[in-house]
Amino acid sequence: MDFSLSADHRMAQKMVRDFAQKEVAPVIKEFDRKQEPIPWVYRRMGELGLLGICLPEKYGGQGMDYISLGLACEELEAVDTHLRVAMSVHTGLCALTLLQWGSEEQKQRLLVPLARGEKIGCGAFTEPGMGSDVAAMQTSAKREGDSYLLNGEKMWISLAANADFALVTARSDSKAAKPAEALSSFLVDLSSPGVTRGALHGKLGVRAGVTGWLKFDNVRVPLENRIGAEGEGFKITMSGFDHGRYTVASGATGIIRACRDASVAYAQNREAFGKPIAEYQLIQQKIAQMAQDYEIARLLYLRVGWMKNEGLRPTLETSYAKKFASEASFHAASEAIQIHGAYGYSNEYDVERHLRNARGAMIYEGSSEIQTLIQAGYALGQRQNKALRCELPPYQG
Amino acid sequence: MKTWAYIDHFQGEPVPASWEALGVAKTFGEVTAVILGAGLDALAQIALEYGADSVLVADDPALADYRAEAFAATLTALITDSAPQAIFLPTTTRTREVAAMSAFDLASGVLVDVTALEAQDETILATRPVYEGKLFEKVTCSARPQFITLRARAFPKPARQAGRSGAITKAAAQAESKTSVEGFTPAETNVNLADAGVVVSGGRGVANDPAKGFGLIGDLAKTIGGAVGASRAAVDANYIPYAHQVGQTGKVVSPDLYVAVGISGAVQHLVGMRSSKVVVAVNKDAEAPIFTQARYGVVADLFTFLPILNAAFKKKLGK
Amino acid sequence: MKIITCIKQVPDSEAKVTAQNGQPSWGEAPLVINPFDEYAVEAALLQREAQDGEVIALCIGPDSAKDALKHALAMGADSAILVSDPALGALDSQGAARVLAAAIQKIGGADLAIFGRQTLDEGTGLTVSQTARALGWPLLSFAGSIKAEGGKITVERVIEEGKQTVSAAAPAVLSVVQSIGEPRYPSFMGIRKASKAVIPVWTLADLDIAAPAPVVTRAELLNPPVRDQACEMLTGETPEAIAETLVEKILAEKVL
Repeated sequence: MDFSLSADHRMAQKMVRDFAQKEVAPVIKEFDRKQEPIPWVYRRMGELGLLGICLPEKYGGQGMDYISLGLACEELEAVDTHLRVAMSVHTGLCALTLLQWGSEEQKQRLLVPLARGEKIGCGAFTEPGMGSDVAAMQTSAKREGDSYLLNGEKMWISLAANADFALVTARSDSKAAKPAEALSSFLVDLSSPGVTRGALHGKLGVRAGVTGWLKFDNVRVPLENRIGAEGEGFKITMSGFDHGRYTVASGATGIIRACRDASVAYAQNREAFGKPIAEYQLIQQKIAQMAQDYEIARLLYLRVGWMKNEGLRPTLETSYAKKFASEASFHAASEAIQIHGAYGYSNEYDVERHLRNARGAMIYEGSSEIQTLIQAGYALGQRQNKALRCELPPYQG
Repeated sequence: MKTWAYIDHFQGEPVPASWEALGVAKTFGEVTAVILGAGLDALAQIALEYGADSVLVADDPALADYRAEAFAATLTALITDSAPQAIFLPTTTRTREVAAMSAFDLASGVLVDVTALEAQDETILATRPVYEGKLFEKVTCSARPQFITLRARAFPKPARQAGRSGAITKAAAQAESKTSVEGFTPAETNVNLADAGVVVSGGRGVANDPAKGFGLIGDLAKTIGGAVGASRAAVDANYIPYAHQVGQTGKVVSPDLYVAVGISGAVQHLVGMRSSKVVVAVNKDAEAPIFTQARYGVVADLFTFLPILNAAFKKKLGK
Repeated sequence: MKIITCIKQVPDSEAKVTAQNGQPSWGEAPLVINPFDEYAVEAALLQREAQDGEVIALCIGPDSAKDALKHALAMGADSAILVSDPALGALDSQGAARVLAAAIQKIGGADLAIFGRQTLDEGTGLTVSQTARALGWPLLSFAGSIKAEGGKITVERVIEEGKQTVSAAAPAVLSVVQSIGEPRYPSFMGIRKASKAVIPVWTLADLDIAAPAPVVTRAELLNPPVRDQACEMLTGETPEAIAETLVEKILAEKVL
């Protein structure tokens, strides 16, 4: 067992860190306060190849492995969550799901522009009246000849305002025996007639990221944009969550690290009662917890990356990583604020933003409660990995 | 010990730290000032007034433009004739090159950017910053002559005695050079930060109104007779030209007074100003790292505080 | 056009460097390509893009310095060479120049040898001039822009006093400054190529030279004096009162 990162992992990590620290860190507070996206940020991520980091070169990607995706997410979210969110929805939910389930023709036609970062993709599953209960979704896709007519509304969709494509799960068969068999997946061109969209405001965190809604009003989706077979939508969506949750886990690990580093720096400089507060055990305990949680979160996500590289299905392992890292990151941010005292509570420091940003990851892409059920299901033998018709291809090198 | 001081200049305008080099050289006894260029009569006289016992000039139209090779070859020839034991130079972009090349020709060495020195017999033990000023090393040069370039403002400047006289000897120039100077555009603002006794610098703190912020910084600098510096963040954001940048990728300064305004104090900035004698920091963030380097700190918004500070200085200084 | 870019590996600028038993120590901090040398690599790549040709990165250092060369490869350099030899422990700038010149000659020369303006470790800034001397090539230093046309190299030198246009016939040794352009990040494709690259290691025997004896030697390495004075935070009823206190303090320091 080799726990060391390879030379290309280290170089990729440094490159992403340099980008995030040099270009985004200096302006993030301003955009977070204004609740506006940084106008150039997604284009820049595309130029740098981040959006296609772990997609094969033959589909226009950068050809790095899945571990590199996690390392990139850690570096991005250590600066701000909205950067990692782009990786989650574009690279994770949308592009990797296409890589896993798309036909060769679809990969050439649809995946290549996404992998090159020329087009932005997002994932549209959640609805105004439905979150975790995927099988209960209302959006419908009615087959009409060589196309489907899409009707319904999707909500809390990251990048809804920016994306060119959305991977949409919709009910294609209202009479299916099992609810899970009623769903199908489509890659919808968001410039199609009948698509309307808008932004949602007032989020607690990820304020430089755009979250919005999509409305489909008799939107005609050609048959060739259906991903997988009719009725495979539930499985496809769950595969998408495996990929998305991996990025959430690795990203949240970056928050823990950022909070640890901010706390260490602050505790060494700030004095109270005549000595640096780092010398007090109650402060040390908080820092030790962050340091330990960082290591745990990191090992958990790296294992998922390794399993993806090997072509092993990491649903359970991803669940552990996602739940642990998202909860630990919120805790780390909260403790970092405590260490920073009143300063931590002000938006002059990064830790308050990390706290607001961290909170969402305990809800989206499968809430902590859903993760608990998944883990219990595996532990009790009620769930196991069943072979899928299409698996994520292992890393080819 | 036979000691020389190299007077660096740009088109006849001397670099002030040249006189500091002359002062240091003088502590070893008789000093010959060496000047290379064209039209050097006035400069040779000034060198005598700053304490040179004699002046050696290679005064030749072919040396009118600085070219490293021609200057180095000329210096090498002069050294070969006279065999000085040590040559003190101010540290400038030119002297680093001329000393490096001449030392190479003579199989000797250069001690660069020296901040302190002691002599053991005729060998100079020089202290110089390394690792961006995080450490200091003491170095010696085993060959002769020892080239020693001094950091600006690290050594006292000798007093000038008007009318002081001495021998001025002319020497031949070695004008051969593989490079040719085709043009020159003077800098719009000549920012001589390295030699400034007072520097007032601005950083990202001016972001809300960069023009006004640097206007206020300039006003204060004017009142207290200082040069205007800037952090890399301010330069990168185009608030002010690169010539003002203090730090790792800009200039290293060591003024008597450094006023940092709205500068958080990234490591890259600190390495450029940490040898300042007195540092004053004005920042609205009480925890900004710049305060760890400062002797006096004020937590305030620069837009409100600078005009008040400027007025207070004016009142006290009677301006 | 054949361009050699001479780089060095140094401790990261963020590293806390201390003197321990006369040796520098930077703990766990990473070693990186000297930041000024990234501009040299950028300049070389820009020339290659304008002129076609190849970029070779050259470095003297221990085996671990291959990482700095890999950074240059990941940025886009075509190949890299490490000069490494146990006998190179105590190089001064002149020795480094002699070794680099020998390596450049073994490569078969070049049109340009491009350096960063200085390194973050020793920071002498001497090696570039001395390499020019050792090769007998002209020096075009502090270049903010480079134009190569028909064997003539013209640079705009960025110096304190202004901008000076200087030319020389190739081959030439150049040093570059920041206005050459921000160094590009390594690309992921470049990273993949670099991580697989086998970097040849040349010893002094390969260069057919003896280890140059240092003329400049370090007698001592010292930590800077500890700052004995904490920052005095000035407070007062009004900004005017604070300003007055500050003015008095500064005047008492006799620094104006």
